[in-house]
Amino acid sequence: MDGVHDLGGTDGTGRVSHTPTEPVFHDEFERRMFGMVMVTMANREYTMDEFRHAIERMAPAWYLDSSYYEHWLAAVEKLLVERGVLEAEELRERIEQARAGGVTVPERADPEAAEAMRAIVGSGGGTYRGPGDPAFEVGDTVRVRNMHPEGHTRCPGYVRRAEGTVREVYGEHVLPDSHAHRDGESPEPLYSVRFAGEALWGPDAEANTAVSVDLWERYLESP
Amino acid sequence: MTDGQEHDHDDRDHPVPTDDPEARARALQSLLVEKEKLSTDAVDEVVSIYEEEVGPMNGAEVVARAWSDPDYREWLLEDGTAAIDDLGYTGVQGVDIEVKENSPGTHNVIVCTLCSCYPWPVLGLPPTWYKSPPYRSKIVKRPRRTLREEFDLDLSEDVGIDVWDSSSEIRYMVLPQRPEGTEGMSESELADLVTRDSMIGVERLGGRRAGELA
Repeated sequence: MDGVHDLGGTDGTGRVSHTPTEPVFHDEFERRMFGMVMVTMANREYTMDEFRHAIERMAPAWYLDSSYYEHWLAAVEKLLVERGVLEAEELRERIEQARAGGVTVPERADPEAAEAMRAIVGSGGGTYRGPGDPAFEVGDTVRVRNMHPEGHTRCPGYVRRAEGTVREVYGEHVLPDSHAHRDGESPEPLYSVRFAGEALWGPDAEANTAVSVDLWERYLESP
Repeated sequence: MTDGQEHDHDDRDHPVPTDDPEARARALQSLLVEKEKLSTDAVDEVVSIYEEEVGPMNGAEVVARAWSDPDYREWLLEDGTAAIDDLGYTGVQGVDIEVKENSPGTHNVIVCTLCSCYPWPVLGLPPTWYKSPPYRSKIVKRPRRTLREEFDLDLSEDVGIDVWDSSSEIRYMVLPQRPEGTEGMSESELADLVTRDSMIGVERLGGRRAGELA
């Protein structure tokens, strides 16, 4: 979808608040959100692709005006209600109680779940599904299709219609455009494509710069 | 939220009010615990893994090994995933890792313009600035200016800048150049010179002397 999350090349976003180091979590809210998302995703209440798309479905002004872990919160609320894990009404009522100071999170011991979580974090869950039969090879010139799907995609807007060169062939990977909508993994060849700055930004490009983007085969065509 | 405004009417189809994230997070967590979808142990475990065990010290160890052992360096650049796994680092957000090496003529820098993809097993969780709109928007369009103005890294025009936008589940990490004056240092001494920023690519170690580094 063409949303404000697709930030590459947007002007006027302000200064980068760079810090050489910072705490992993800044407060209890961030810890809580990180833990909840990791555990519910590990328990397959939703996938990473559905989670990303739920963040993209936030209203544009809200997305830009809220913090990173607020994005996570918004996505989990939306997904768990959509999946029927929670009723919107019970969540609304509980939020009212929490706002009034009447909610403490109960403890629930489950040492096995903790062990399972450690195993999942350590093994990950890759998207590679085999070598496949790639249509392009390293060195090929490709053009990114002019496409504007309403649903989830990992084809950033700033590379569409630009020409680049295939730099790596990564084999078949789960296709987010399908997987985010529960339409199956639909694995497809994935490429690293290098775009010269001029191919993306024309005369406004900086000299001697390039951007490489990972793109699935369906995003690409022969020029 | 920074301006104190109610956002209830902003989000077209959000199931609940959109302000007061702390109360919403507590409400959500209490319901998930009651429904046995969440345990305190699992949450504490995953939080402690990233607070205590996984961070840029892992990546620094990888870099120090590559600086010390030419065969390892070659393996790392050829098959980053396997070479990094050999040191014990893999997992969520880093099942496939590609390592991009800086040279006198090339500088690599990583970003995720669409969200916040970052190689967790070697660098830990991403810093706030990496996940924020200013960095994600600028670094692909004006990398040289962004590095100069936002990170105090002034690269001459004869150094090519290669930006890697992490749009798939492949994760990228930069192999910085070994600083000058580090001959004879042990791997752990070398690892101490490697910063998180140098492995993201917003800092450059090559051409600097060990004594100038923090």
